[in-house]
Amino acid sequence: MRAPVILFLLCFAVWIVPGSAAAADSCVTCHAAIDDAAKGPAALIKNDVHVTHGLSCADCHGGDRTSDDPDVAMNKAKGFKGKPARAAIPKFCAACHSSPDYMRKYAPRERVDQFELYQTSVHGKRLAAGDANVATCIDCHSVHDIRAVKDSASPVHPLHVGETCSRCHSDAQKMAPYKIPTNQFQEYKTSIHWEALAKRGDLSAPSCASCHGNHGAKPPQVESVSAVCGSCHVLFEQLYEKSVHNAIFSGAGGGGGCMVCHSNHAVHYPSTAMLAGPKAVCSGCHDAGTAPAGTATRMAGWLDSLDAALKQSETLLTSAEKSGMEVSEAQVRLIDGRESLVKARLALHSMKPADMQKLVDEGMAIARATQKAGEFALHEKDTRRIGLAVSVLLIGIAIFAIRLLLRRMESS
Amino acid sequence: MSAAELKAKTFEWFDERLGLRMARDLLDHKVVPLHPGTAWYYFGGITLFLFGVQMFTGLLLLLYYRPTVAEAFDSVRFIMTRVEFGWLIRSIHSWSANLLIFFAFVHMFSVMFTHSYRRPRELTWLSGIALLGLMMGFGFSGYLLPWNQISYFATKVGTDVAATTPFIGPVLARFLRGGEDVGAATLTRFFAFHVMILPLLTGGLVGLHLLLVQKAGMSTPKDLPAHDLSHMKFFPNFFLRELMVWYGVLALLGSLAAIFPWELGEKADPFASAPAGIRPEWYFLAQFYTLKLIPSHVWIFEGELLGLAGFGLLALVWVALPFWATIKPDGSGRARLATGVGVFLVCYLFTFTLLGYFK
Repeated sequence: MRAPVILFLLCFAVWIVPGSAAAADSCVTCHAAIDDAAKGPAALIKNDVHVTHGLSCADCHGGDRTSDDPDVAMNKAKGFKGKPARAAIPKFCAACHSSPDYMRKYAPRERVDQFELYQTSVHGKRLAAGDANVATCIDCHSVHDIRAVKDSASPVHPLHVGETCSRCHSDAQKMAPYKIPTNQFQEYKTSIHWEALAKRGDLSAPSCASCHGNHGAKPPQVESVSAVCGSCHVLFEQLYEKSVHNAIFSGAGGGGGCMVCHSNHAVHYPSTAMLAGPKAVCSGCHDAGTAPAGTATRMAGWLDSLDAALKQSETLLTSAEKSGMEVSEAQVRLIDGRESLVKARLALHSMKPADMQKLVDEGMAIARATQKAGEFALHEKDTRRIGLAVSVLLIGIAIFAIRLLLRRMESS
Repeated sequence: MSAAELKAKTFEWFDERLGLRMARDLLDHKVVPLHPGTAWYYFGGITLFLFGVQMFTGLLLLLYYRPTVAEAFDSVRFIMTRVEFGWLIRSIHSWSANLLIFFAFVHMFSVMFTHSYRRPRELTWLSGIALLGLMMGFGFSGYLLPWNQISYFATKVGTDVAATTPFIGPVLARFLRGGEDVGAATLTRFFAFHVMILPLLTGGLVGLHLLLVQKAGMSTPKDLPAHDLSHMKFFPNFFLRELMVWYGVLALLGSLAAIFPWELGEKADPFASAPAGIRPEWYFLAQFYTLKLIPSHVWIFEGELLGLAGFGLLALVWVALPFWATIKPDGSGRARLATGVGVFLVCYLFTFTLLGYFK
């Protein structure tokens, strides 16, 4: 009699346990069983960062996730909010993300000012003005499969943020009402910043958000362009601010600081071709034959000469090193020379040729010294080879002489 | 007084005080047996010549080398770049050290395969093995002296292996390092070993080794008794031939030093991570690679400990060769077994050194 009772209880337990699990998150269970668009969230949510922190549908949408009955689970009396209106999404997310106390439980180092910043952004202001087409949280972060920013699969990971912005900003149809260009991402992909980020994997290299801000996104104003670039290129900014160009470019009719010469999205690797020659950016303002154009050509010449001299030294020292010569001292010195070149390029931004020439002269002195060291090492290598040949010849003669002596001794 | 009389009187004067006549008689009577294996006799002489090169170049390097952590690397660089022919002296010293070990091995195996260790030359064998050990000690201690990245980390690995020796390991490692880790005290200590303690011991042992060779005479193969063979006078006939070989080795040494100058590398940085592919000098590679192959645990024993025990046992068998591989005057004995062990050891060292180098 006792055995059938135990068997029944065991079967009941097996039956009831999965049933209880389903009841623990009825949102996922029910939506997974639906065959229309409403199934989407249930399929996506398993990778969502909120789920990995133990949160679920009801934590955002409200309702009772423990009930299998849709009327109870999605009852407004149980706090069910349903799908928020597009204009309400930022506030919807901010309910938790703007609460320091709440966020401290899950991500204590996470900022809580995203909503505040969003309201200052062009997106936020237009949304407040009734334009529901602008980007809200879910347009960048995705929805229901939201991942942490550091997750490389996240659309806002540094490697993907450009593509994410371009989904709207490269869409001519979407951007038409706002009358803004749509080639930013295309230009950015030709830039040195993109190369550093995407090709060299340097996550500290700038993407869209680095210059425009993320939640408070807006284009930098003309007067703040150098400050934006200067947040990374600190010394360049300091020198540029002392230059004659700063006042001109920032003033009325100016084009906006750094980007006058370097462009904004298509920032290419700088070269002396920017100073002199047919592609010189200086020629946009200074006609050929004028004093400033002459100064620019002269400065380009200095930089080119120093660069060439350092490269020649490097070639010589590498060749000497490959021959087994000890040239490490000269190679260390060559690093100082390259630093002089970097400093000279930097000094260009102050537009004070005398300062730049001083650094170029220092670099040239190093280039000459290291070139001499390289030439000496290669000459020394040849001398050693000749010395070796003479020594081996003398040794051969000595061996031959001993052999003759032995033959004479032993034959007598 | 004629020149001949002056020469004779000078000789008499020195003979009375130094016993020159005895040395001359010794050279007059010393002979070298002639047989198909006579060429192997040159290898002992080559090893001795290279030891002389090491002493000479080492003394020259001492004029400029400074044995402190702050100055060692820079002083070696100074030798390589500023001192006249400093590069040549240092490169010859480094190449010669390697050739010395190589020729010492050749000499040892030639003695082994010709069974020249047999009675009454047991002590000659033992002193030779001790000399090989000292040469390796020279190599290990000298490797650290330039204080560059490779030598620093190789010494760390080497002393770490020493630390796993049963019972005395930790004490031995502390003794070698002069502290808990490789540092300034290690450099000073290795310098003292390299230029004072090891040369003194080696000088004494080389003297003993030569004395024993002189006492027992040149060994001949076991099936070719000395009295059945023709002989060559040691001086000047054999000596001049040896001199030709030395000249040849000198030419090889000079070529290696001039074409492949010994690298200096980068200054040691104890806080840097160990360079990739770090390994010891080639003559420790076989053991190094064997230890790498042994699993961390074999049954209840630690793998490294088991490896060291194996090396210890093999070394003991090798050192005791004259006492177990005995050969009777009629030629019977354990010569074949000894040859088998020798072939195994040569194959093992050759294969594992290559594997250690390329893997």
